[in-house]
Amino acid sequence: MSQKLNRWVVFGALLFGTMAQSVHAGEVNAAVAANFAAPMQQIVALFQKASPHTVKVSTGSSGNFYTQIKEGAPFDVFLSADEQTPRLLEQEGLAVAKSRFVYAQGKLVLWSVQPGLIDAKGVVLRHGAYKRLAIADPKLAPYGMAAKEALEKLGYWNDVQSKLVTGENITQTYQFAATGNAELAFVALSQITKNGRVTEGSWWIVPASMYNPIKQAAVQLTAAKDKEAAHALLAFLKSEKAAAIIRSYGYELP
Amino acid sequence: MNGVGAHFVLQREGFTLDAAFSAPAVGVTALFGPSGSGKTTLLRCIAGLERAAGSLHVNGEVWQNGKAFVPTHRRPIGFVFQEASLFPHLSVRANLEYGYKRTRPADRQVHLEQVLEWLGLSRLIGRSDPSSLSGGERQRVAIGRALLTSPRILLMDEPLAALDANSKLDILPYLERLHRKLEIPVLYVSHALDEVVRLADHLVLLQQGRVIACGALSETLSRLDLPTAHLDDAGAMIEAVVAQHDEAYSLTRLDFAGGSLWVGRVAQPPGTRVRARVLARDVSIAMQHPQASSITNILEARIDEICDEGADKVVVRMGIGSEHVLLSRITRRSRDLLDLKVGMPVYAQVKSVALMA
Amino acid sequence: MMESGLAPDDLQAVWLTLKLAATATCLLLLIATPLAWWLAMSRTWYKGVVSAMVALPLVVPPSVLGFYLLLLMGPHGAVGELTLALHLGTLPFTFAGLVIGSVLFSLPFAVQPIQNAFEAMGRRPLEAAATLRANAWDRFASVALPLARPGFLTAIILAFAHTVGEFGVVLMLGGNIPGETRVISVAIYNHVEAMEYTAAHGLAIGMVLFSFVVLLGLYLSGGVRMVR
Repeated sequence: MSQKLNRWVVFGALLFGTMAQSVHAGEVNAAVAANFAAPMQQIVALFQKASPHTVKVSTGSSGNFYTQIKEGAPFDVFLSADEQTPRLLEQEGLAVAKSRFVYAQGKLVLWSVQPGLIDAKGVVLRHGAYKRLAIADPKLAPYGMAAKEALEKLGYWNDVQSKLVTGENITQTYQFAATGNAELAFVALSQITKNGRVTEGSWWIVPASMYNPIKQAAVQLTAAKDKEAAHALLAFLKSEKAAAIIRSYGYELP
Repeated sequence: MNGVGAHFVLQREGFTLDAAFSAPAVGVTALFGPSGSGKTTLLRCIAGLERAAGSLHVNGEVWQNGKAFVPTHRRPIGFVFQEASLFPHLSVRANLEYGYKRTRPADRQVHLEQVLEWLGLSRLIGRSDPSSLSGGERQRVAIGRALLTSPRILLMDEPLAALDANSKLDILPYLERLHRKLEIPVLYVSHALDEVVRLADHLVLLQQGRVIACGALSETLSRLDLPTAHLDDAGAMIEAVVAQHDEAYSLTRLDFAGGSLWVGRVAQPPGTRVRARVLARDVSIAMQHPQASSITNILEARIDEICDEGADKVVVRMGIGSEHVLLSRITRRSRDLLDLKVGMPVYAQVKSVALMA
Repeated sequence: MMESGLAPDDLQAVWLTLKLAATATCLLLLIATPLAWWLAMSRTWYKGVVSAMVALPLVVPPSVLGFYLLLLMGPHGAVGELTLALHLGTLPFTFAGLVIGSVLFSLPFAVQPIQNAFEAMGRRPLEAAATLRANAWDRFASVALPLARPGFLTAIILAFAHTVGEFGVVLMLGGNIPGETRVISVAIYNHVEAMEYTAAHGLAIGMVLFSFVVLLGLYLSGGVRMVR
């Protein structure tokens, strides 16, 4: 602990100039959407090196977190998989006003575990010999809605109905495709990106013009309004160091 | 070859059965021995319920030899378990008819009406739930159920052991009648000497998984080299005929070759064959015919064998006439005082006689 | 349930669920009966291994089981390669696939009551039947089956109810295809997630009522008497 404190004394002022008067180490409880678990792990590691604070990360579905927060779950910050849920929390006074910001923007990708199946323009959707196309449930998951929008824009929505299988969430949709049970799937680019690159199978990154942006927003929760460590974590999430990590996982930033 | 010839070897944890015996084609052969001697296991081997190495033939048919093994359901046996083991989901009638229906019509020699009469089951046949029967009634149904398969051998595994004294008394007369009616061999497992004396004609004596003696009941019972002669209720069995009733004193005289015995008035008419059991502890020995004695039954006898029993007692076997024997348990001191020796003529004083049938 | 105003999609889900539960229960009885018999009568050492395998679905989370089935029955899994070689296609996202998943998942619920019933019966009634000229099949049909009836009744109730209420395996394996793999539990979950609470209530109440009626019917029709 004293070592960490020393380090804080050296670097703290540089990083968080405004907080120099308070040097107490704090703990942040972060609720993080499951699809952002991996980048968050790296970001937290970096953050903990650079600050005296520690972060406890809980991952799960955004909808569940919403319910839990309403029931008084002891979270300080919330990184949602969508923009709607944090907005709702803000409106209901459960999140600190104006603390909300988009920390990542998802990219939709058509993916197959088979190399060479998907062409550069996604024509396979219309002409390809495939039996199953997996998407996330458009009613439940932002990526599902985005997939539906893209298919409608392409004019294929009606044609693919008979081949459609729906996953409850984007993770399940990815599993359908990863196990080869669905030849094609609309998944998140972040799911197939490792160290900034896609290595497995074949894919087509759906142009951003074909669907409404999949924005993932974060908020500071009202219960942690005065918690300095929570402020620090959110500030770090906006930093260039965090942005590099987020991009390397296949997300864009607004 | 008629009758039963069996030799079984079975290795179990802490128990080895290595038993060979033969039994005649008619009459009741008791498999007798203390608990754990292997008599039930032996019976189950004969039924094919237990698979031991060895060989078995019954009434000229090979049921087991080397690899040949006739499964239980193809053996023409009737088996009566210690607990009646009636099927709880079937009515009394359906229980009785279970084996009958599965017996080829051509092989059916015993029919429902006969069994109802022999075992007094007419009153019970209408019952739908066998668990509403008493222990003795259940066992009678079980025996009837076994007989209705027209077995060529009847195997009974301590059929009375699970019953209380009253139920035993209730069922014993049925068994005795049955054994006289049936012309098939019966193997009867028991550890109760009085049952054996009452029912059996032959005795197979088991000890620790081995057959230590095998022969006619009365001969085997009176062999002093066998443990049966040294049981507390050891004794001799005499087959006799009801000769005369003395109504004034309410007594009955039984005659047998070599003498007669007076017993309490019995119901059977003169001429009826009965079994009399005389326990060794109820027989004392005198050198002269007692002149003034309260004991009624005094028989002329001849000492055949004397055998020490423990530190203080001896058992004496005496011949009565040419066919019968009596056992007597006396103290060693008495033997020495009287200077008893094999071959001596003596008088056997019988204090009590139990009539078995 | 018509009166409660269920949408056609939901009615379809109800019908599909009943079909799935009935099919799975029939198959389960066919599989569980010989298995339970063997487990009850056998004395070999590997009986324990088989028992443990049968009981696994009690411990393994359904979604995990579903995921492994997805792998196994997929085009690169052992089962998937077999079904492809037989020109049967692959099983995930099909009704047949759901049936297989449900059977595996509910297996312990069918095997254990039947096995317990066979074990409680013991060998004596079978031995008695053997001495009364009944061969092995006859003994099984005329003695073992009727005596194990309470166990079978319990197995049917549990297997059926468990399949109706099953969620994780179906979710992983089904792909939520209306009329093919969208069963009540998935439909309810979808309605709840989409905050369509009225539709969710309709289905959920129907499911609870139906289950209660089935259980009540079975108990009143002799289940209780048989268990005595």
